[in-house]
Amino acid sequence: MSGKNDPHYMIHFDNVSKTYTNSSIALESITFGVEPGEFVSIVGHSGAGKSTLLKMLIVEDYPTAGDVKFEDERVHDMTLREITQLRRRIGMVFQDFRLLPHKNAYENIAFAMEAAGHTDEEIDSDVPYALELVDLHDKAWNFPHELSGGERQRLAIARAIVNQPDVLIADEPTGNLDPISTYEIIKILKQINDLGTTVLMTTHNKDIVDYLKKRVITLEKGRIVRDDTEGEYVL
Amino acid sequence: MMWATVKRILNAGLLNFWRNGFVSIASIVVMVITLTTVSFIIFIGAMLSSALLEIREKVDVNVYFLPSAPESSIIELRDSLAGFPEVAAVEYISREQALNNFIERHEDDELTLQALNELGENPLGAVLNIKAQETSQYAQIAEYLDAQKANGVLIDRINYYDNKVAIDRLSRIIDSADQLGVIAAVVLILVSVLISFNTIRLVIFTAKEEITVMRLVGASPAYVRGPYVVSGVFYGLLAALLTLALLYPLTLWLGPTTERFFGSINLFQYFLRHFPEIFVILVVGGVLLGGVSSWLAVRRYLKI
Repeated sequence: MSGKNDPHYMIHFDNVSKTYTNSSIALESITFGVEPGEFVSIVGHSGAGKSTLLKMLIVEDYPTAGDVKFEDERVHDMTLREITQLRRRIGMVFQDFRLLPHKNAYENIAFAMEAAGHTDEEIDSDVPYALELVDLHDKAWNFPHELSGGERQRLAIARAIVNQPDVLIADEPTGNLDPISTYEIIKILKQINDLGTTVLMTTHNKDIVDYLKKRVITLEKGRIVRDDTEGEYVL
Repeated sequence: MMWATVKRILNAGLLNFWRNGFVSIASIVVMVITLTTVSFIIFIGAMLSSALLEIREKVDVNVYFLPSAPESSIIELRDSLAGFPEVAAVEYISREQALNNFIERHEDDELTLQALNELGENPLGAVLNIKAQETSQYAQIAEYLDAQKANGVLIDRINYYDNKVAIDRLSRIIDSADQLGVIAAVVLILVSVLISFNTIRLVIFTAKEEITVMRLVGASPAYVRGPYVVSGVFYGLLAALLTLALLYPLTLWLGPTTERFFGSINLFQYFLRHFPEIFVILVVGGVLLGGVSSWLAVRRYLKI
């Protein structure tokens, strides 16, 4: 397991615990670090705390104890403005896609760029490129409800990477997809990682984890039970 | 960049409005009801004021002088009364005028006119008709006149005391009507504003997940909020214009009835005469209602 306060860490969970008001423990003393360019799979059964872990990093949830650091900055001490800046450096992909339902595919991607303050010219050149990358160039004007599950997830990935984030976090990105779409999504995530983007992905899909042959952190009842550099799905 | 951001927020707001067709229409309908309520409160207020003003106009105090009272002292009294801040108007009716009025009033009453002729001289004294600014001020004026009478001015009768009960009651009714009107208007406006606000809150509630996603993909709170506020402003603007369009036939239809009922005021004429003010009130009210409601409703979902 990686040591504490390592200066190389891009992301550092330092003894993070999360207990809900009804005393149920979501996370317990979680400590690990992620170096730039790593591809980390976080595996575990449903309710093991995988999603909570990712929510901590994007400040969608707060820990009861411990610190989450991004480039040595405690994310939960950040101001609203700093949190906004942080999120622009982290692309996010969710199991339920979380696309903007009243915007078409093009606008969903463009929104992330607009929010980050890109010019119209940059948006006009980068959005088609992102759509091309996830093979959705012919669905640019379709709304999310007109796309299949796999297409929606590819759109979510395009939105997540269009601002060239330092980190891409994917929460069960293949949870709602058929095997072919699952394979396509994982292939895209791997390509993104090969281009230098750090990827944090939660999954309970054994085939994906075994196929990737990357670092695997195994969670069980809110605790880390394994952290293997070239791991496999062991549960 | 600033202009580009404003342009994007405006575009997104109008697009939201268009793409959420049903929700937009529902919000506008509720706001039209609110703004129509506000308009009718304005109309009812105007009609009541006009009716009360008319009643007030009818109230005055008449001072009847003895026929022997010299005109100069009556004129002197009239001038001193006219200088009082409480006095709105003083009308002097000379003995001759009083006689003419009397004859005119009884032109069909042969018997009275004959009796008058037999007298051979004008039996009527001059009269001062006094109107106060407020009905409550008649008592003070009457007191002053009493003092004048005591000082030797040849006053025969002051009819204030005959009308005192009626004047007092009317004063109370006018005051109560004013107060009740204000309270009813405030309550009605508050209730209808709250209904509109809650409708907008519901609209924003349905967009809660969308707002969260926008924040998570790195949009600043202002950038997320902007389009919703623009949509809200647009709801208000359209609702105001629709309300104005609706008021035209409504007031046209109600005009003759209101004129019959309230006497001096025709609702349609009032609407046309005060159109600029009503336009500004409804448009500014609608825009503020939509914009501020959206602003407040989005706020709670931005804390992420």
